[in-house]
Amino acid sequence: MGLDIRLPIGFLFSIFGVLLIAFGALSDKAIYERSLGININLEWGVVMLLFGAVMLFLGRRGTKV
Amino acid sequence: MLRTIDWTIMIVYFVFVLGIGAVLKRYVKTSTDFFLAGRSIPAWVAGLAFLSANLGAQEVIGMGASGAKYGISTSHFYWIGAIPAMVFVGVFMMPFYYGSRARSVPEYLRLRFDEKTRGLNAVSFAIMTLFSSGISMYAMAKLIQILHIFDSPFARLGLPQAWIFHFSLVISALVVLGYILLGGLTSAIYNEVVQFFLIVAGFLPLVWLGLKNVGGWQGLKANLDPSYTHSWLGMSNPHTNRLGVEWFGLTMGLGFVLSFGYWCTDFLVIQRAMAANSMNSARCTPLIAAFPKMLFPFLVILPGLIAIALPTQNLSNLAGTHATTIQGQSEGRGLIPAKMDASGQPIRDKDGAAELDYDLATPNMLLHYFPTGILGLGLTALLASFMSGMAGNVTAFNTVWTYDIYQSYINKKASDAHYLWMGRMATIFGIALSVATAYMATRFNNIMDMLQLVFAFVNAPLFATFLLGMFWKRTTGHGAFTGLLGGTMAAALHHALTLPQGAVPGVKGGWIATMHVYPSEMAQNFWTAIYAWTTCFVITSVVSLLTRAHEEKELVGLVYSLTERPTQHGLHWYQRPAVLAVVVLAATALLNIVFR
Repeated sequence: MGLDIRLPIGFLFSIFGVLLIAFGALSDKAIYERSLGININLEWGVVMLLFGAVMLFLGRRGTKV
Repeated sequence: MLRTIDWTIMIVYFVFVLGIGAVLKRYVKTSTDFFLAGRSIPAWVAGLAFLSANLGAQEVIGMGASGAKYGISTSHFYWIGAIPAMVFVGVFMMPFYYGSRARSVPEYLRLRFDEKTRGLNAVSFAIMTLFSSGISMYAMAKLIQILHIFDSPFARLGLPQAWIFHFSLVISALVVLGYILLGGLTSAIYNEVVQFFLIVAGFLPLVWLGLKNVGGWQGLKANLDPSYTHSWLGMSNPHTNRLGVEWFGLTMGLGFVLSFGYWCTDFLVIQRAMAANSMNSARCTPLIAAFPKMLFPFLVILPGLIAIALPTQNLSNLAGTHATTIQGQSEGRGLIPAKMDASGQPIRDKDGAAELDYDLATPNMLLHYFPTGILGLGLTALLASFMSGMAGNVTAFNTVWTYDIYQSYINKKASDAHYLWMGRMATIFGIALSVATAYMATRFNNIMDMLQLVFAFVNAPLFATFLLGMFWKRTTGHGAFTGLLGGTMAAALHHALTLPQGAVPGVKGGWIATMHVYPSEMAQNFWTAIYAWTTCFVITSVVSLLTRAHEEKELVGLVYSLTERPTQHGLHWYQRPAVLAVVVLAATALLNIVFR
């Protein structure tokens, strides 16, 4: 119906990915004590950005699924 | 507790779901667009919406709580209590729902049986969906209160903390109202798909961090009693497993009667498949949904298991910053605090042990492992799950109200534009009534328990009616209606004469006499369903044989023996429902064997 759902999903996940990466890069490392010392914002932000980019690519190509 | 980044993520999400509704508004021109998404949804989108509409509070919070309480046995609610039914509805029942061009499940009942059977189902379903939506709202507002999400902004604005509950209710209601009013079912489905991915994105890192902390699955097994990590251990006897149910009660009560009654007849989920763009897409919808569904225990049950497996001293991470969240921690276990009474003392059972507040397992996991940033994502995922459950109920309600109640009994001859307007009005008063139900839950907990019980009685026999209606052409409308009433009465009678161990007669059962005591409330529920289904099946069969059958030409497309099988020519192997069904069932059997 007019709008390929992968475009909004890709857009949202890309925004969240960028936000998490930016915050992960700028934040104090002490806050990651609770996530077992892993900068989970940076790592998960990259995963979300990649997923968002793939969805945007598929949505823009109009790949049949 | 929450910082700018967390609020930004939440606000972006809320703006986004409303934006999807706004974009889709221009495509909603007819009542079919609004109520059935113009039957234009591709199979994978309908499949994820089919799954996501069921992803309410019960799933995310409730399954985490059950994981902490019962262990991996909770996966029976997926691998026994969902997947087989999803396969059955996709392979055998969707051809009738979709092929009959019925616009709702109650309308299928009218086509197959008669008006009174449709009326009974439509009215009970409409009331139940509003009730479920209200309970979901209530649970979300309570959770926001308990997690103190809005405490600091409210304090900064000088607003009383008591308003947080009202604010949470109103905001969630307005967001759901906004995107459904704008884009109808399409908007709900699109947002359900977004919510599905968001829930996975919010909970996957939680499970990863938790498992890493406890040493993986082997670490969990080392830290917990074997009854937590084996799903079939001790199932030969209800007294030797954590669920308190034996294998027959589990497989028949949960695996057959209750799960088939929900996944095969509940319009809330069936509506998503009815919106698919072809017969094959409609059949594949529940089968596609079954793939993520079978893996969901690892996303929603494992956090509960990890929460109970962690050593209690790990709670120090929470102390201080979230001290108010974990009242009763010294009496708790792992990340799960004791339940507290009004005076702040732990509630104790008859043996003097503190009762644990299992509902806090998943929320406390989020607070324990997630730093600022991803905490905003996790909480947004939690709110998304509540909203998708709420939206699913509201879209099902507005369709049943408009087509099966308003158009059938109040205004039969109006224009399509009028029914579209009525659908939008039904969305507004449906959400208003849901909010009223949420407030009722705050004041009359016992009445809510009673209502849930009555709905359980109504639902239990439903699958027998559909099974006979679709697969036995001799079933009549009088048989179906009498069977439904008889099954409901059998459920009520069984409940009135039995009691779970340790319960007092009343809302838990035994309100006429106590003729049998079940080892657990779950066992009593499963057997209530078995008695109700069997009674409905027998009464429907007998009354049908005693009453006049429908003409065969009236039943074409509605009954298995009189309907042409859907063709699968020209489809790739992975698009064929039968192939998908075999793969799903084999994978589910494998999961049962691995975690037995």
